[in-house]
Amino acid sequence: MADPVVIVGGGQAAVQLCLSLRKSKYDGPIVMYSAEPELPYHRPPLSKGYLLGKTDDDKLPMRPDTFYVAKAIDLKLGVEVTSIDLAAKTVMAGTAQQSYSHLVYATGASARQLPVEGADLGGVHCLRSLAHSRAIKADLEQTDSLVVIGAGFIGLEVAAAARSLGKKVTVFDTADRVMARAVAPDISRWFEQMHADMGVEIRLSEAIDSIGGADGRVSHVNCTNGEQLAAQMVVIGIGVTPDMAVAEAAGLACDNGVLVDEYCRSSDPFVYAAGDCASHPNRYASRDRIRLESIQNATDQARVIAANIVAGETGQTAELTPYTAVPWFWSDQGDHSLQMTGLSFDAEQFVVRGDPASGSFSVYHYRAGNLLAVDSVNMPRDHMLARKLIEAGVSPDASQAADPDFDLKALLPAK
Amino acid sequence: MPKITYVEADGTEHQVDAKTGVSVMENAIANNIDGIEAECGGSCMCATCHCFIEAEWSALLPAMESDEDEMLGFAAEERRDTSRLSCQIKVTDAMEGMVVHLPAEQN
Repeated sequence: MADPVVIVGGGQAAVQLCLSLRKSKYDGPIVMYSAEPELPYHRPPLSKGYLLGKTDDDKLPMRPDTFYVAKAIDLKLGVEVTSIDLAAKTVMAGTAQQSYSHLVYATGASARQLPVEGADLGGVHCLRSLAHSRAIKADLEQTDSLVVIGAGFIGLEVAAAARSLGKKVTVFDTADRVMARAVAPDISRWFEQMHADMGVEIRLSEAIDSIGGADGRVSHVNCTNGEQLAAQMVVIGIGVTPDMAVAEAAGLACDNGVLVDEYCRSSDPFVYAAGDCASHPNRYASRDRIRLESIQNATDQARVIAANIVAGETGQTAELTPYTAVPWFWSDQGDHSLQMTGLSFDAEQFVVRGDPASGSFSVYHYRAGNLLAVDSVNMPRDHMLARKLIEAGVSPDASQAADPDFDLKALLPAK
Repeated sequence: MPKITYVEADGTEHQVDAKTGVSVMENAIANNIDGIEAECGGSCMCATCHCFIEAEWSALLPAMESDEDEMLGFAAEERRDTSRLSCQIKVTDAMEGMVVHLPAEQN
């Protein structure tokens, strides 16, 4: 029997890869190793609906257990891949050795640690996995005050959820605006006001010096300005680092992620990488390669890998599929939906479309007259249209973008 | 448990005992029906759970909210009068016998 496609990881990319391989009529064996004990699950609710009790445990799995049987996926839960032998084309998984025809490395990323004293106290959390979310949910039930360190998507989503549950919430960030790396300044300001209206206190340009506690459990945070703030619980959301240790130890080229080419191939011809852990060339980025932490990136790279594995199996190597999908992201905070598309690094001009005071508007990011990215608040139509504009390489004039009565859809090339 | 029939683009039919209170999308996923991707998990973000439900059932369906309406305009397969996002439709007992047609492409 042929060696299987082996998937290292059990996240969004892994499940999409199974779907896409079977849809492409690949009927060979597939083995998926997930280090986590649960069926592969949806992560977005973990910082929102799951904490609020609106999304139950039974809604979290991406697919039911019967899916893996129906699709003939040998799903190994709670099994960690500890090494890869590229020459022998084998992995060590738990205590077993498994050979592969193609390996797909889709391990994701881990929450970045905050290097301060007290970060290991009880009641100090990060949020990446279902286990983390369960711990936060349980802790929230016995907590009145929460400090969130990091005003990124995760931090603000958790802040909004905790505030909805009636907790006192204070969010710290060293930047001078929320989500500073991801969105336009007008978007930051709008969400700062929204959180303030909810009763979340947001403290910008401030850092935490240490976390203090008693009997092994957090009781307060010490700000660098000397202030001490009581906190029964702390959630740290300051970004992630790619999980690439096993790939790196195997000799795969890595640098802030597993390096892949435009076809999602690593430095080894039989190994691909997808999702948060893959450092890839992206046609929408101004730099050589980037890592993206999004469902879109994980699923679209998995689709590309499935197509390229199938092309390789059938000897059509000339017809490899490149990764060209337009990036998009979302974050739900409180009752509000933030949707983003494109890559906004290096933007130098921001154009607002619509009235922020109305609660629905978008910001168009430009550099040298080229549309780079669009952030939309409660405007799914703007968002979906922006994806099409950016994908087509169409840049409305700034004056057109600023005019809500101008029909941007008319700029799209005819189908 | 109302019986709902999903019809894939190639005509393959799947009749399922649908769970009420959860969406038409979730019932499709729970029954391993290909043809619905739902990559955002039901957040009305991706338009990859597009389906077609004939007009005779429309009275039983929840009214379309603006988010769904706007997302449908960008579904992979062109929108029709009968288009809905299946993540936005909760199954009720009254949907006994409903037929849900699936598009060939979701992405």
